Amino acid sequence: MIELENVAYSYGGGELLTDISLGLAPATFHFLTGPSGAGKSTLLKLCYGALRPTGGHVRLFDRDVTQMDRDAVAISRRRIGVVHQDCQFLDHLSVAENIALPLAVSGQDSADERANLRELLGWVGLTGRADALPPELSGGERQRAALARAVIMSPDVILADEPTGNVDWEMSQRLLQLLVELNRMGKTILIATHDLSLIRAAKQQVQARVLRISKRRLQLAGTDL
Amino acid sequence: MVLKGLMTSDAAADRVVPPSGYTARLTMFSAATMAFLAVFALALSLSAGRVAQEWGEALARSSTLRISAAPEELSAQTAAALRVLETTPGVEEARPLSAEEQQALLEPWFGPDLPVDTLPMPQLIDIVETPEGYDSDGLRLRLSAEVPGAVLDDHTRWRRPLVAAASRLRLLGWVSIGLIAAATGAMITLAANAALAANAKVITVLRLVGATDAYIAGAFVRRFTLRTLGGAALGTALAIGAILVLPDAGEAGGFLAGIGFQGWHWILPLVVPPLAALVALYATQAAAQRVLKELT
Ligand SMILES: Nc1ncnc2c1ncn2[C@@H]1O[C@H](COP(=O)(O)OP(=O)(O)OP(=O)(O)O)[C@@H](O)[C@H]1O
Ligand SMILES: [Mg+2]
Repeated sequence: MIELENVAYSYGGGELLTDISLGLAPATFHFLTGPSGAGKSTLLKLCYGALRPTGGHVRLFDRDVTQMDRDAVAISRRRIGVVHQDCQFLDHLSVAENIALPLAVSGQDSADERANLRELLGWVGLTGRADALPPELSGGERQRAALARAVIMSPDVILADEPTGNVDWEMSQRLLQLLVELNRMGKTILIATHDLSLIRAAKQQVQARVLRISKRRLQLAGTDL
Repeated sequence: MVLKGLMTSDAAADRVVPPSGYTARLTMFSAATMAFLAVFALALSLSAGRVAQEWGEALARSSTLRISAAPEELSAQTAAALRVLETTPGVEEARPLSAEEQQALLEPWFGPDLPVDTLPMPQLIDIVETPEGYDSDGLRLRLSAEVPGAVLDDHTRWRRPLVAAASRLRLLGWVSIGLIAAATGAMITLAANAALAANAKVITVLRLVGATDAYIAGAFVRRFTLRTLGGAALGTALAIGAILVLPDAGEAGGFLAGIGFQGWHWILPLVVPPLAALVALYATQAAAQRVLKELT
């Protein structure tokens, strides 16, 4: 679904990522780790077409991003749910409206989807905060809302950048539970995280591949985790 | 297609761009002002056109023959002139003015007490042409042979510059309307550019959740088009009201008395708001397309 082939990326200075090859097959579960500043967020951005590779090829659903126009990339994102590290909400819209934003922009604002939204709010424990504005949320609440928005379109792929960075252990287990369940439903999951305990907990429930960015390259992490 | 998108107002899509009361009020105010000016320019233009036509026709179709002669010859010469006029092709009617009518013509200059009958007054003959008109040079020639005291005043000397001035005024009115439309487009472009720049983050987020260019542009286009439509409707209503209550300058007002709309022309100012909205639609669309391209 998402394929990276010998991808290189640089923000203008030296190369941040070199010779990265990665395939996200259907219904697989991946973790992406690496030190802060290694380029985890950058790699995720390459995976949803927000950045174009400076070398190699990125294919989204069998189409090369360099040959897709803005609209084509935007439309392919409806099949990729992203939890952004900095959440990316519209501060003048309520939490519920922000979560429903992908539905609104793709013209799928039906009653069915509304019911779906209520259920999802319950899932991430934000039912009581539905009408709050994003700046009024705590860090953990923001991340839960971001996860809800990432999955509302029931995308084929979910890319999560530090989805549990600001939540307590219990909440992070619940979020992981949600992602594991989505994976069992056939979704592809890629989680960028520093949190090794999260990876360990996940490995007890699903078969997860752990990737690591080290010295600008992507490696398969050892089984010592 | 664009209009249909405009009509099916999408509440959710309109909310994705944060409201900004200040820009909204400025846009509406400018649109109202431009519409107000456009309606006046339109009124001026139509009135000038009407005046040009009326003057052109009225002056072209009437002329005056003045007969100056010794009092004892005057009636004989008048009768001779009338005979000539009767046989001139293109003259529909020739009528000598009565003493009262002549006095009425002079009254504005000399007052009502002028003893007309004691003065050596020329006799005036009012000539109305057929639409085809007569050959004034030929008529002059015949008159000079048969009625030595006759002078034909066919107004052409001073008619032409008046009609030309009115026509020019009409043209200037239309040019003004064009300039007002262009200025409206420029103003909306500036406002839309400012709004798009102020909402760069909103645009980024919308892109991230899968919004196409058309969706993002639509949110801005709808907003500016509706604001402009509202403002222009207000300005048009005010201008029409102002024209309706223009003090009646009466007959003496001449050109001034004619400013306004007549008959079906009243429909024309109603076209101003939709036209302004159309200008806003295209201006915002162009601005959005440019900004979206830059914000890849
Ligand atoms: N827009 C940008 N322009 C220039 N440099 C950038 C930009 N975004 C990120 N970088 C740099 O690229 C490097 C990798 O950033 P990235 O956000 O991908 O790291 P990360 O692995 O996600 O780190 P963290 O774990 O802290 O989130 C960093 O050194 C960062 O400063
Ligand atoms: Mg990061």
